[in-house]
Amino acid sequence: MSHADDEHEANIPATTAWMPGTIPGSSPGTGMTGGNRRNFLRGALAATLIAPGVTLNVFGANARPAGEPASTKVRWGLLVDVNKCSISCDACVRACNAENGLTGRSETDAQWIRKVTLNNSATEEIRSAPVMCQHCASPPCVDVCPTGASFKRADGIVLVDKHICIGCRYCMMACPFKARSFVHEDHDDQATHAPRGKGTVEGCTLCVTRVDAGQKPACVEACAKEGGALVFGDLNDPGSEISKALRQYPAAQLRADLGVDPGVFYAHLK
Amino acid sequence: MTGVAKQFALRLARTVDCFVASLLAMTAFCLLALPALAEDARTLAPQPPRGQGEHCVADTDFMRRNHMLMMMDHRREVLHDGVREKKYSLAGCVSCHAVKGADGAPVSFADEKHFCRSCHSYVAVRIDCFECHKSTPDAPQKSAVREQGNDAKKLAAYLREVKP
Repeated sequence: MSHADDEHEANIPATTAWMPGTIPGSSPGTGMTGGNRRNFLRGALAATLIAPGVTLNVFGANARPAGEPASTKVRWGLLVDVNKCSISCDACVRACNAENGLTGRSETDAQWIRKVTLNNSATEEIRSAPVMCQHCASPPCVDVCPTGASFKRADGIVLVDKHICIGCRYCMMACPFKARSFVHEDHDDQATHAPRGKGTVEGCTLCVTRVDAGQKPACVEACAKEGGALVFGDLNDPGSEISKALRQYPAAQLRADLGVDPGVFYAHLK
Repeated sequence: MTGVAKQFALRLARTVDCFVASLLAMTAFCLLALPALAEDARTLAPQPPRGQGEHCVADTDFMRRNHMLMMMDHRREVLHDGVREKKYSLAGCVSCHAVKGADGAPVSFADEKHFCRSCHSYVAVRIDCFECHKSTPDAPQKSAVREQGNDAKKLAAYLREVKP
């Protein structure tokens, strides 16, 4: 490289160092126990305590200063109040699809949020709740990823680096919540803030671009207009709305027995 | 002998004249004709369209050699660290270097005129950025306009409140 190029390089800010970065958040393996994945919600059902008459408020996220990387001081989480989640409502799913440009043929559509209906055969009670990536503290998808594409960000958001994803789909098999989807077909109508393409695996990003801008995920915003069943916030901040609600009213993690410590909690999953 | 020498000298002079004349002609061609060829893009060399604004985020020479490294670095910062520096974003490149097609709308990467393709096709480097990323700039946000309207309403409400 010529001397002139060296001069140009000096004009670039120090933040742009030309070296590959380390991938944060690859935690040691937490062995998955066996068991029927279809029954995972039943486990949660048994573990959930009952706390009727809860009112939860949607928490406004604080914006991180620009230029500051995501920090382990924060752990983003979601609380789903199943009492407020209507079986007929799919506002969160529609908002997610619109925000992230999840379009295509219905046979091969990616699902970042699924509405799961629980039917208790003993009491004939029917409950409904959204299930998305649970943003585990020890995510099995990260453990099994052979390329390091599946990773956990410092603030607990589990993502796929599609630049290095080879589409092997091990993470889809490892996830106890069936939260990941494979993109089967070519797309040319992506949203600028949500790149996605054929041959890679994807899942709920907790609307990471919105969170970085101090906004709430699209599903939470859409839900606030309907039932207000979703609360988003910092699990590490004792003063956050989600932490207060979690202290006051018991909520369960799905398949807590696996020890993956999901960041998504379900209240009143009776 | 003198006659032969004279003839030889004359021939030599004519040859030199021809040589000089052809040199001059070639120089004139280079000076006049080649830039004209380059301008109407009939040469093989890539003719990337100019971006909007006065200058790029770095000098052109630096960008030519290092844009791929800058993108690699930027993607790590954005995806893994969550530092969304807009100055070096791919969306910024796409927006500034948008090329309008026959219908007046920015062309996508499928079109030969796309800024990135204008060079990458020439050097036979297949890039897969736009298999996932959007290759055209976003249209002006309608929601932003709505938000502005809300701001105005909020401001009016606030002014009504504080007014004695």
